[in-house]
Amino acid sequence: MRDFYGTTLPLPLMLGTARYPSPAVMEAAFRQSAAPVATVSLRREQGAGQAFWDMVRGLGVHLLPNTAGCHSAREAITTAQMAREYFGTNWIKLEVIGHADTLQPDPFGLVEAAEALCADGFEVFPYTTEDQVLAARLVDAGCRVLMPWGAPIGSGLGLNNLHGLRSLRAAFPDVAMVIDAGLGLPSHAAQALEMGFDAVLLNTAVAEARDPAAMAEAFALACRAGALAAASGPMGQRDMAVPSTPVIGKAWL
Amino acid sequence: MSDVTIIGAGVAGLWAARACLAQGLRTRLVDRKGTPGPHGCSWWAGGMLAPFCEGALSEPAVVTHGRRAAALWGEVTEVTHRGTLVLAPERDRAELQRFAARTEGHSDCDAEAIAECEPDLAGRHRRGLFFAEEAHLNPRQALQDLTQALVAAGVTVETTALAPSEAAGPVIDCRGMAASDALPGLRAVRGEMILLRAPEITLTRPIRLLHPRHPLYVVPRGNGIYMLGATQIESASRAQMTARSALELLSAAYALDPRFAEAEIIEMGADLRPAFADNLPGIVQRGATLHLNGLFRHGFLMAPALAEQAAAFLATATTGDLFRED
Repeated sequence: MRDFYGTTLPLPLMLGTARYPSPAVMEAAFRQSAAPVATVSLRREQGAGQAFWDMVRGLGVHLLPNTAGCHSAREAITTAQMAREYFGTNWIKLEVIGHADTLQPDPFGLVEAAEALCADGFEVFPYTTEDQVLAARLVDAGCRVLMPWGAPIGSGLGLNNLHGLRSLRAAFPDVAMVIDAGLGLPSHAAQALEMGFDAVLLNTAVAEARDPAAMAEAFALACRAGALAAASGPMGQRDMAVPSTPVIGKAWL
Repeated sequence: MSDVTIIGAGVAGLWAARACLAQGLRTRLVDRKGTPGPHGCSWWAGGMLAPFCEGALSEPAVVTHGRRAAALWGEVTEVTHRGTLVLAPERDRAELQRFAARTEGHSDCDAEAIAECEPDLAGRHRRGLFFAEEAHLNPRQALQDLTQALVAAGVTVETTALAPSEAAGPVIDCRGMAASDALPGLRAVRGEMILLRAPEITLTRPIRLLHPRHPLYVVPRGNGIYMLGATQIESASRAQMTARSALELLSAAYALDPRFAEAEIIEMGADLRPAFADNLPGIVQRGATLHLNGLFRHGFLMAPALAEQAAAFLATATTGDLFRED
């Protein structure tokens, strides 16, 4: 069983804490979904977001601080160090953005920052693509978890490159993987878990739903279904119909 | 001798004074900095009276009470009734559909309707929503007019640092973030705004430009002056506007109308909005003190209704729907 740096989660769902209509709605989304991990950004608050961070801490879940909005390894490393100090966790979701519009990760800066942070004792969750060469470099750097994207952040497109994600999953059987970014519907989350991914992380799909708490619950149910399906051994696809009851000898015309 | 002491002369305190006078209460209004100015967050407001647009992300009470705000403000200051135009860049058309699904009181606009509404935007935007019932005002003028109306009714703002415990009799505490020691659930949400002079551009009503990451509104202040707003950041920092926020607001304005590139930047401002966890303004009763706080981004929209309910409580001991548990 793959875990997240020694932590197993009761539900494979991680929720972001941005873009909700209010902190009260965010709290309701966590309560109603029982999501056990919250990501929180340190970037935009200029070190003065204490009241909001306290609310996030008050959720009583595992905190996964992130380096959202960082465009260089150096920025990301500094933000990670601030996050560790403030939230008292070695977990860090490492984002090094390479492109301001697509929010695509910068693979070079990502590896550089991952090496530095792993060496410094962080437990790094890198936001990456489905690229296997990059994945190998991140694992070499010391990452025991990978967070490949489903689709660009906030796009809600679901799993854009099924083949790429499936090969990535197969290539690193011992590495825990979280599908991060791009999920729009609970069915996307179920699909990711059915494929053997270990969790999903999402924010916009819940925060911008008309009823975020109910949508968070819908994702929680989908995560349970997907994880249960993966554990139950999916039958796989066949090219021909296989009737469950033989038709020979039956009056089937 | 007064029946009630109001502490804080921002938009909440001024309205509280007006509502108390209307209830026949002898009213004292104090503020440690005096009459409204850059020291208070009302000064930095947008001045949109847009209950329907705000309804996209707010509790229903903001819509129901906010709908009365334009008429109430019209008693003391000039209110422009020209509605709100909501637009989205062509790539972000889905934002417009989403906004339409979450709001009431709008009609669809095509390119022709937009051109008719705001001729300066003709040919630039093809789809939009028009909220005909909404209005706007100039917040600084409105604060001054409201202050003058109080003076005419015999209440002047006393420049005094008075703690709620030092006042004799009931208190309405309208100090915003300064009351956070008494209201642990109150938090600061930073907002930043820019004032531009763009005499080439003629827009006659607030325009909202939807964007998944950098939404913008532009409010005309007359004489070619436009207010761009506003960021919404979970932070208690009162530092000057960041370069990032300035870039975001200015590029969104440029997307709305490229002629904003030639505008003169006449002011940049940043301040803190007080907010409760649900971002809904409210009244908290603590013994003889009523806290009227958490106005968040709804100060001009919600202050009149909050003030009415607070004054009604003092005069007749009735509580309204904006009273909340702390």
